[in-house]
Amino acid sequence: MSVHLVKHTPGVIGVLDLQGGVHEHLEHLERLGIPYARVKQPADFADLAGLIIPGGESTCLARLLDIFELKEVILQHYGRGMKIWGTCAGAILLANRVVGEKPCLGLIDIEIVRNGFGSQLDSFKSEAIIESVSADPIPLTFIRAPKILRVGRDVHVLLSIDDYIAAAENEGILVTVFHPELTGCLALHRYFASKCGLNPAAENPSSVHQDWENVSWMKLARIAS
Amino acid sequence: MDAKRYELNVQLAQMLKGGVIMDVTNVEQAKIAEEAGAVAVMALERVPSDIRKDGGVARMSDPGMIAEIKKAVSIPVMAKARIGHFVEAQLLEALRIDYIDESEVLTPADEECHIDKTKFSIPFVCGARNLGEALRRIAEGAAMIRTKGEAGTGNVVEAVRHMRTMNREIRQLAQMPVEEVTGFAKNNGLPYELALKVKELGRLPVVNFAAGGLATPADAALMMQLGCDGVFVGSGIFKSADPAKRARAIVKATAYFNDPQKVLEASMGLGEAMPGLEIGQIPPEQILAKRGW
Repeated sequence: MSVHLVKHTPGVIGVLDLQGGVHEHLEHLERLGIPYARVKQPADFADLAGLIIPGGESTCLARLLDIFELKEVILQHYGRGMKIWGTCAGAILLANRVVGEKPCLGLIDIEIVRNGFGSQLDSFKSEAIIESVSADPIPLTFIRAPKILRVGRDVHVLLSIDDYIAAAENEGILVTVFHPELTGCLALHRYFASKCGLNPAAENPSSVHQDWENVSWMKLARIAS
Repeated sequence: MDAKRYELNVQLAQMLKGGVIMDVTNVEQAKIAEEAGAVAVMALERVPSDIRKDGGVARMSDPGMIAEIKKAVSIPVMAKARIGHFVEAQLLEALRIDYIDESEVLTPADEECHIDKTKFSIPFVCGARNLGEALRRIAEGAAMIRTKGEAGTGNVVEAVRHMRTMNREIRQLAQMPVEEVTGFAKNNGLPYELALKVKELGRLPVVNFAAGGLATPADAALMMQLGCDGVFVGSGIFKSADPAKRARAIVKATAYFNDPQKVLEASMGLGEAMPGLEIGQIPPEQILAKRGW
């Protein structure tokens, strides 16, 4: 009898499960019908088509990636073709230049500044059209968000607002300084899934799911069943 | 606070999930906390164990000190206002910190009314010993809840009691037929609409952190396994023998709370924890959790 290691079937998107908005991303992937997994041990990354690094505190996430030697693991899987999307803190971890700090993963040539807007009183919601993603406006949620100040030549700007860049990508990396997982719109998640070679939909409606509420993630974090 | 602002405030608390919020009393401690991986700092003049020792009236901290800490770190900064002291809260909002803790650790300014938090744009976190207390604070506009463990004791027993009580009441509510909710809400002081929401969600409708008496990585993992979304550590870090090391250890244990091997590794060689205090030894009038309702 042969022993089979438990492996993900190809086509899974993982959400880095160390700290931050993990459930919110999982809930969006579930709505899209894409197989998903929480990942926090080195073996969890095997065969992932994509990885989402959620919002949270980038200093905390960077410290944990360091301590538990997950940085090398992520770099290694990126090397075999795993795509990575960083939202908010995740974008900071992926940047190769962080104002006033050492970069963490350094996988996309952008310069980013932490907490670019001020305090929580300066957090806000708005909307914008991101042409590469969808023809219709997409709701945007900025929470103590970073700002991307400039990008390198191989980086494609997806959205710039006023004096900063809010979303960008290169071949393997997507970064957004806002939080698509905190809205009822799945357009960015669908866009990332396509980038990972999954669920390639011809159309990407930006329509907001009417049954989405901010508490929708809580079905993944219940106390009582 | 309009609905959009309230949602943003609830969402900031969501981004702190799985993290550790640390009490700090100066810029140097704030930097140690940030470097160790804290998701936020609570700026205050004295940690709870000193407030307990010194006695007297404990008030909002010197805003100058809070401003310095705010300048020194890029993670969110929280600070405490006295229960019911809405002017202290107005000052903290004017200071543009990130979160206010309406806290029983300070001497209450009002024994009847908590702050009307709906009047503010800044978010509030409030302590709760049970489901009714949590939902009353949410009804008043709190965007985040924490247990009301006995602060400054290094004794986690009260935080555990509060979390177990809350969980028991949530399970009861989730399982009862809807016609029983009215009576349950009346008997336990639950705002009815929020009680229905809890019944539907099977948990509090906002993030719930552990707070009060946590001193070790194992304490943090215990509260996380009981279903808390993250933890506050007050005196437990900077009253211990090696604060930087203990801070890092508690961050690790909180992230890997369900991995005993990792919590074990985090618990090694930390030196002395803060001195502990048996709850039965505290004169009843000095029990902080009884402040507020």
